[in-house]
Amino acid sequence: MTAIEEHALTLDPEEARRVRQERLERIGRWLLPLAIMILAIWLWDRVCVWNDIPKYILPRPGVVLQTLFDDAGLLFSSLLVTLRITFLSLLLAVIGGVGLAVLFAQSKWVEMSFFPFAIVLQVTPIVAIFPLINIYVDNQTTKLLLCAWIVAFFPILSNTTLGLNSVDRNLRDMFKLNGATPWQQLRYLRLPAAMPYFLGGLKIAGGLSLIGAVVAEFVAGAQGQSSGLASRIIEAGYRLNAPRLFAALILISFTGILIFLVLSLISHLILRRWHESALKQER
Amino acid sequence: MQEKVAQAPTSASGKGPVLLALRGVGKVFSNGVTALSDVDLTIREGDFLSLLGPSGCGKSTALRLIAGLATPTSGLLDWRGSSSADRPDIGFVFQEPTLLPWADVFDNVWLPLRLKGVSRTKAAPAVMEMLARVHLTGFENAVPRELSGGMKMRVSIARAMVTKPRVLLMDEPFAALDEITRFKLNNDLLELWQDERFTVVFVTHSVFESVFLSNRVVVMAARPGRVFRELAIDAPYPRNEAFRTSPDYAALCRQASDVLIGAINSTAGPHHDGH
Repeated sequence: MTAIEEHALTLDPEEARRVRQERLERIGRWLLPLAIMILAIWLWDRVCVWNDIPKYILPRPGVVLQTLFDDAGLLFSSLLVTLRITFLSLLLAVIGGVGLAVLFAQSKWVEMSFFPFAIVLQVTPIVAIFPLINIYVDNQTTKLLLCAWIVAFFPILSNTTLGLNSVDRNLRDMFKLNGATPWQQLRYLRLPAAMPYFLGGLKIAGGLSLIGAVVAEFVAGAQGQSSGLASRIIEAGYRLNAPRLFAALILISFTGILIFLVLSLISHLILRRWHESALKQER
Repeated sequence: MQEKVAQAPTSASGKGPVLLALRGVGKVFSNGVTALSDVDLTIREGDFLSLLGPSGCGKSTALRLIAGLATPTSGLLDWRGSSSADRPDIGFVFQEPTLLPWADVFDNVWLPLRLKGVSRTKAAPAVMEMLARVHLTGFENAVPRELSGGMKMRVSIARAMVTKPRVLLMDEPFAALDEITRFKLNNDLLELWQDERFTVVFVTHSVFESVFLSNRVVVMAARPGRVFRELAIDAPYPRNEAFRTSPDYAALCRQASDVLIGAINSTAGPHHDGH
């Protein structure tokens, strides 16, 4: 204790200010967003009360929370349906994206020939493609999966392709000198080198697959064929059940945040020992 | 202009049998640059040969040709009198450590053996022995970013030597290190070379380094890249810190420096910086 105090005493004013600043930032990073969020919710509540807004237009936060509990059975079973589509499509996006990227990496010619198709799929709005999918595909789950997959696979494909192609030239020469086969080069050099890029794409794709799943349910739900969270939102909208609508929205947001956090954690755990992005900043 | 004093194989030691002869080797790149022109060079087994020259003299290109990473435009590389298909096992050390950043030290050194299908357990004795030789015992599980520049270079050398190649090619391996680390690595490399008696071709732009290490210094000139003159460094091995401060070493450095200045002045055409 005394040693620490003694040490603190020897700091010159500039260093002391820096230490104070750092401590403040550490606390502020958590406290500030939390405080602003609470303030916003409180303001929301006050706006409802001050203006006497009926709950079918804008429900008070407390009412939304109450609904979240009261309708938990209905909402969470719907969430499970949406989550199933989300994770299945994310899995397929990983398989498809990495698979295609590896295929592209085999030869510049393959990449040049087929990359435009991937871009066409990416830039065409999924809502506009859905009627076509609706004609060609019968199975409801397959329809939704296909939609969510089209939205989610591109970031993985494009990032992994970039990663597979950005291997250090000298390392490539080193493998060549040691007589590495193309498979060995892929397995021991190009795939590990592409890992940070792939994980970056995965983080984007995680959010997109949720968005893709919800959008697909929306389009399909308009035909009364879906039981996911999106259909709950549409249904609640028809019935002017704003509290449930808000509850479903909150559920979707939290799911998205959770997916992002989990994927960030996975990325950090894989890269923490070697990649610059995962290293603690040292001054 | 054509000052080819050392055209004939005038090896300093002159002991070992011929390992590789470059005969009239030239390399022209597709952008029209003549990197090497009509290079004749004989490398004997057990040589520690330095290629010394200004940037742009084609010394790195020569090394890549010897490694088989590039093919000559003209002339041929004659490995022990047979065709160039019989290139022996070669270890290569790049200017940067060129390690796999995601793999630990053990896995990095294991890599050449792994690519030959040697399992981890089978490779372990060779890897551990090599790590001991470069004084890195105890660092098997460190990843490259946890190591200093000199230690990374030691890993790189261990990786190049783990397959016990008969030829070690080094492309300015210590150029990016500080002087104290460089001296230490110079000493350790010489020790390794004396124990194992492999052949080294060492590219450098440092007169002092080339004289300290080699028994033969081949000075090259630029535009076009060519052999300018060969010097025999007849000082006996083992060479250590005492040699580094001796008058003999100073005299040899002076001699090599004069030849290098001659090579730089002989450069035809206008001066620009190398690439």
